[in-house]
Amino acid sequence: MSCIEQMKYTLLLEKTSFKEGREFIEKNSDEVYYIDPGYKIFKDYYIIGVPPIAIGAKGRDLIFTYVRPCYGTFVMKIESEEEIQRLRDREKERLMASLKKGIRAEVHVSDKPVDYRSVFK
Amino acid sequence: MAEDAPKKVLLMMGCPEVPVQMSIVLYLSHKLTKAGLDVTVAGTDAANKLLKVSDFDGYYVKNSVDLDQCIVDIIEKRTDFDICFAFMHSDAGMAFAATMSAISKAKLYAVVFGRNAEALAETIEFNCEKIVAKAVHNPNPLKNKIDKVIAGLVS
Repeated sequence: MSCIEQMKYTLLLEKTSFKEGREFIEKNSDEVYYIDPGYKIFKDYYIIGVPPIAIGAKGRDLIFTYVRPCYGTFVMKIESEEEIQRLRDREKERLMASLKKGIRAEVHVSDKPVDYRSVFK
Repeated sequence: MAEDAPKKVLLMMGCPEVPVQMSIVLYLSHKLTKAGLDVTVAGTDAANKLLKVSDFDGYYVKNSVDLDQCIVDIIEKRTDFDICFAFMHSDAGMAFAATMSAISKAKLYAVVFGRNAEALAETIEFNCEKIVAKAVHNPNPLKNKIDKVIAGLVS
């Protein structure tokens, strides 16, 4: 049993499919982040699921899926500004990394001398 | 791991409510162990209790672990496997198999069974080899397909 079950949580959806859980989060969150299976939240819970796995933030609440083999997918919310901030920081880092990569890919350095007529064209 | 060490195989059980699962897990574990592979079975508390009663001397299954702990150990890089058979007859089983596909380097076999086996198998989007049989009470359709895979693995 993970720490989740001992925390103060609210169930938003019970015994549903993973896809329905994902769609619920996408429709009912102010911010939605996508993570890979195995992303850790709180002290010891690793998210289980079929990618893309959505995690939402609404106000101070983190909204996420919790999968149990015999009961299906639950969507629950737990108040945690810390976890929401961690998702925002992660997203910022990913964005910066992809921007850097994009800039590197766009800058093309030619070996040949530049023909300014073609530049002005 | 030494090169001559036996290949590590994980049999990942889903919810034990469909009878064929336990029978195939015991069968597959025994076949692969006899062929020299190092087999571990992971399951929920209920599935592991069924396993312990069915095989109380550990004749067919040498190693069994808790499913949640097994996933944590793989993510935290304390263990991993070469081959994984992920048993599923429901959407939740699929979520666990998809997670295994993302966190482990193991070659993944999705063992899909139950009344809606074919429909469930069609929705699999992660990289795996599918073993699909509409089996609930009669394990033979699934066993026949598993036998072909075993033959390929131990040849």
